Amino acid sequence: MYPDYMAESLRKVVETRPKRLELARKSGPVYPLMNAEERQKVLEGFHPDYEPSARRAVCVGPNKGETLTTEVADLLESHSWLRSEQVDLSKPDVETDVLIIGGGGAGCNAALVAMREHGVRSVIATKLRMGDANTMMSQGGMQAAVARADSPTRHYLDAIGGGHFENKPELVKALTEDGPGVVKWLEDLGVVWDKEEDGSMKVMHGGGTSRKRMVSCRDYTGAMIMRTLMDEVRNHPDMIEVKEFMPAVELIMDAEGRCAGAVLYNMDSEEFITVKAKSTIVATGGYGRLHIRGYDTTNHYGATGDGLVMAYRAGAKLMYMDSVQYHPTGVSFPEQIAGFLVTEAIRGAGGQPVNKDGELFVFPREPRDIEASAIIRECVQNGGGVPTPSGRVGVWLDSPLIDMLHGEGYTEKHFPAMYRQFIRYGIDITKLPMLIYPSLHYQNGGIEINERCETDLPGLYVAGEASGGLHGRNRLMGNSVLDYNVFGRRAGKYASEYAKTVKLGKLSVAHLDAYEKQLADANVKTDLVTPILLPSYAPKDVKKRQLVRGGNTLPGTSVLQNRLHDDAFSPAGAK
Amino acid sequence: MENAPAGASSSLSSSQIGDRQDKAEGRLITVYIMGKAYEVPEEATIMGAIEYAGHQIIRGAGCREGYCGACATIYRLPGDYKIRTGLACMTMVEEGMTLAQIPSVPAEKAIYDIEKLKPNVTAIQQMYPTVFRCVACGTCTKSCPQGLQVMDYVQAAKRGDIAAVMDLSFDCVVCGLCMLRCPAEITQPLMGIMAKRLYGRYLRKESHELAERVKAVEDGVYEAEYAEMMSMNREDLTKRYYARDSE
Repeated sequence: MYPDYMAESLRKVVETRPKRLELARKSGPVYPLMNAEERQKVLEGFHPDYEPSARRAVCVGPNKGETLTTEVADLLESHSWLRSEQVDLSKPDVETDVLIIGGGGAGCNAALVAMREHGVRSVIATKLRMGDANTMMSQGGMQAAVARADSPTRHYLDAIGGGHFENKPELVKALTEDGPGVVKWLEDLGVVWDKEEDGSMKVMHGGGTSRKRMVSCRDYTGAMIMRTLMDEVRNHPDMIEVKEFMPAVELIMDAEGRCAGAVLYNMDSEEFITVKAKSTIVATGGYGRLHIRGYDTTNHYGATGDGLVMAYRAGAKLMYMDSVQYHPTGVSFPEQIAGFLVTEAIRGAGGQPVNKDGELFVFPREPRDIEASAIIRECVQNGGGVPTPSGRVGVWLDSPLIDMLHGEGYTEKHFPAMYRQFIRYGIDITKLPMLIYPSLHYQNGGIEINERCETDLPGLYVAGEASGGLHGRNRLMGNSVLDYNVFGRRAGKYASEYAKTVKLGKLSVAHLDAYEKQLADANVKTDLVTPILLPSYAPKDVKKRQLVRGGNTLPGTSVLQNRLHDDAFSPAGAK
Repeated sequence: MENAPAGASSSLSSSQIGDRQDKAEGRLITVYIMGKAYEVPEEATIMGAIEYAGHQIIRGAGCREGYCGACATIYRLPGDYKIRTGLACMTMVEEGMTLAQIPSVPAEKAIYDIEKLKPNVTAIQQMYPTVFRCVACGTCTKSCPQGLQVMDYVQAAKRGDIAAVMDLSFDCVVCGLCMLRCPAEITQPLMGIMAKRLYGRYLRKESHELAERVKAVEDGVYEAEYAEMMSMNREDLTKRYYARDSE
């Protein structure tokens, strides 16, 4: 339940609701949309990326000199777990055609396409269990231009505009033209899409969509897709080998500069395992668990940007790594679920963000960076936020409107996960609004790819959140679910075709020594060893008493003891 | 920005629990993690408490938001004989709680070719015959942290009612607690996944507009418009974007 002092504000939300309901029932926006200048102003004034300490220049690697998100620059300016002399590559422990790093949506799609369409074997190496990925957590839906009133080209225009016209056009074309086919592919695998009576796809709005384009599986969209893909992967143990709790820690190259596999780390036995592969797909997802600017995150436990740093050391260029997505509606209260995602589909279905006086202050479905910035502005500048007992702040997301618009029972039927999330804490979202504030959600940029998922390095392919260029500096809702399906499938195809032709040379991890030398030459002083693999949430005094483990010769080298959260930067919350 | 963003303030969500402890706020209670006593904040989730105790979870944490089923946990409370179940990321600690995480439940997934199955009782009989051992005791339903009517979907599976299995098991997070508790040793979540796939593959209503759209893309219907937009400069593209109509 909400604390008593919020009653007055809640009363105002109820008071203004009939008027706002009337607005929602009319055609046309419930609040004026921002034009290009207004968008720029709110971004520069209030988006966390624009705070002075949010970015800095990186001093090593392919993007040397470029301004990146500060925590990303910290991640890249770090030591490897390994030196070349510690790795024996003369007899790899495992050999395969395609190595897929990451067992989320992109990785499983790639493995299935490699097997079904190209007869190619693969190994999926994943840090936790297969399916422990942000894919599992996407709630609201996937964009795909399937409705009659819509078209793939309209989807293209919405995505490019949402990304502030900085997206790589050929990637957006690939995304939008493959969309309808992906809906069909997943349905044939057995994904249960929400449908209308006549069998047509049920479509909803998301932020920045000019047509209803969001297809869904209630609010378990990602869970449904992920479990279907995983189940199918497990139906083919002869063609797809899954190695769980075995994250990759470095890529392996050959003498001609081609990517030729990876070194894995066994989380249980703490062994390093070498995998030789004709082609390698990085599908490691994003970096929410770096807690950029101290923000809570909607991301899963393993989202530590591993693929970024591995590929970067090997020489792959990154794109748009100066841009972070904060989801407009993370939970602000109750405390136990703070930072958790409240699906954008709540706004797609008619939920409205309102301030402490119950007044609208932004159109509910602006692109995410704009919407999030407007919410921060309302709290920080306009004093329109509601403080929580622990010192957070939030605005209301008026969810009771949804049943009023669509009929009683709609919320429980279509948003069972959201309903369940809040009712555990005595908040019935069909009767009471949710208190929300932006939460760290998505890595807009990543390893630069083309429409064939190729990178600067022959033999290295990237798909899904780990890749960069598709979304520009701002992704729209539902385009990441489509992204990992479209580009996971494409990566499977092109990596398989390449694997059939390539003849690898002598294997090497000499790039690690070269990178270490760059760090020394740039006078980088750090005890950070990456990939991070897992964040540590032990209390600080416990961390101080914990031994450094791992047996590596470098200081601070343990998967269990990374220091990023303590020492590399000071989270905003610690001010 | 004058104020710290709310997303960054101290928190009792599991991700930020260390900060809260450092400020020495809140009352501590005793819980027993795998039998060993720890003092933890009373407002913590089980996952938050385990991390507060200094454990690095490797198995037993995944999405941390109630979708992935990695953090299945069993526990008892003082003076209560009942074994209770919950997801560690979603369940609050209580004074005297004694708990253990069950991050993996042994179970054999049936290997099948969905193109060779039909959405009927035969598929259930062939792939998950243990379903027919159900004695209707309801233990599965009682153990479900999602509050699903698990026994009802097992009964529906026995009748070959694939649509009902799909609907009733839709929100299953595959934590495995039902199959751990089931005296008939049924693997409910795995059968549920197969039933959902059978429903999606065979019992859905076809979307004609989807089929038409897929074909239109294959036929290159949109190529000209793509080419036009891809050749536009930023200014013209911006104009077209802001001038577009909205549904």
